Amino acid sequence: MSFSQSQSGRIAVQMISHIRHALPAVLAVGSLVLIWEAYAHFSGVSPTTLPAPSRVLAQAYEYRQALLDNAIPTLRATLTGFALSLIAAFLLSIIVDFVPRLKRALFPVLIISQTLPLVAIAPLIVLWFGFGLLPKILLVALVTFFPMLVALSKGYEATEPELEQLLASMGAPRWKLFWLARLPSSLPFFFAGLRISITYAVVGAIFAEYAGAAKGLGIYMLNAKNNFRPDLVLAAVLVSAALTLCLFAAAVLAERLAMPWTRRTSTGGPIR
Amino acid sequence: MSAPRLTLDQIGYRYGDLPVLENISMAVQPGEFVSILGPSGSGKSTLFRLLTCAITTDIGAIAFDGKPLAEAGRPFAFMPQRDALMPWRKIIDNTTLGLEVQGMRRAVARERVAPLFAEFGLAGFEQNYPAELSGGMRQRAALLRTVVQDKPMLLLDEPFGALDALTRAGMQRWLEGMWAQHRWTAMLVTHDVREAVHLSDRIYLLSPRPAKVIREIEIDLPRPRGRDAATQVRAAAIEADILETLLKPDPDHSGSSPTRSFAAE
Repeated sequence: MSFSQSQSGRIAVQMISHIRHALPAVLAVGSLVLIWEAYAHFSGVSPTTLPAPSRVLAQAYEYRQALLDNAIPTLRATLTGFALSLIAAFLLSIIVDFVPRLKRALFPVLIISQTLPLVAIAPLIVLWFGFGLLPKILLVALVTFFPMLVALSKGYEATEPELEQLLASMGAPRWKLFWLARLPSSLPFFFAGLRISITYAVVGAIFAEYAGAAKGLGIYMLNAKNNFRPDLVLAAVLVSAALTLCLFAAAVLAERLAMPWTRRTSTGGPIR
Repeated sequence: MSAPRLTLDQIGYRYGDLPVLENISMAVQPGEFVSILGPSGSGKSTLFRLLTCAITTDIGAIAFDGKPLAEAGRPFAFMPQRDALMPWRKIIDNTTLGLEVQGMRRAVARERVAPLFAEFGLAGFEQNYPAELSGGMRQRAALLRTVVQDKPMLLLDEPFGALDALTRAGMQRWLEGMWAQHRWTAMLVTHDVREAVHLSDRIYLLSPRPAKVIREIEIDLPRPRGRDAATQVRAAAIEADILETLLKPDPDHSGSSPTRSFAAE
């Protein structure tokens, strides 16, 4: 009884401290939106040029079905492309870790692939692979593959030398060294890369749709712009931002679940 | 004197053009605690890397139980500097690491290690992560991980170097007690003079790089050490003498390695 009370009391204290922590950011965003709202109302600017935030929200609600219909293909392209990219990056990172010479051959090529401007590449990929899911997946993979590969490689290299020396002294072969030390050592780097890449992934999918698609937030934004509906463009932006934040939160959650030892539990008890 | 377990016969090692070890000859008897004491960067850790087969040398010969090291089948359990515990493994799974590498199933390894936790002062911390333990406890866990491998000899590479002075003194006392019970054959690398005198049966003093054995010192103070005034005084005298040798290396000492004994007077 008293335990559960102290427990809920602690949670309340934690929540208050979280809110305190977030307060400056909330205030900053809130005042920006307010200034925007006031400017849209009192400056006499046309809503087809700069719609007020209230109008964007109202239109987002009005067109919620269309927005949802277009968000789903974007989400599908993002997740499929990102999953493929993760698998490929993981497999290649292992190969490259065992064959350093391959790394020296491949990384320059991959770095060049990162310098290609998305604006130029997206229409070409659509031209080559059509309006279906494939070009979106490819573009998402293109923008996320290299960051993930680099994150994993850096993670392997961050293994403590003493840990490797210890395992070597125990007679562990190279693959055991990788499995027991290098792979777990890379986890913090992997999740740092994951958090960044997941946001790139959404941008990549929207870019691909922008360059040509039947459905999706990207093509929805393009059509809305061509119909002089900046309010709907912004409504779609709102949806894509919400989508990105959800994926980001999922990445953070996955990190917490995969790395329980980084959590400082105040109780100090066993975690599993 | 019985046949030595470990013998190093005129070992040399060069790192590129840089000579690191020169003409090192040592022997460790069964159940003996031997320390290697020398300035930082003198090649002490290089010596351990040779023993754990991380590097090899063409100069001189290393033998274990009379066999060349390459044929002796990894006779050493190695404890690296700091603790090298894996932060992602619970303490119990850190201590079973060596057994798992040898191919033992994790559940079996856990059963074998679990009864030793009390003796190592770790009872109740099996399921904690290393970050939740104090520095001294982490070192005890690292030592448990080392001895549970059940190898003929322990190699301890400055195991207490990262601890604060008070914890270190406590750990030295604890290790001496553990050693007195188990009589492990052990070789300790350190640059802590007091630690070497407190723990060792014999000490090899190394010169700055390229490392040569400049002196070999028998410590036959009664154990447990440092508990009564008379042995404390004698230990202090030995420490002072060692410091004198290490800080003002006499060129006459290099090359040969004269034995000087501190037998009870």
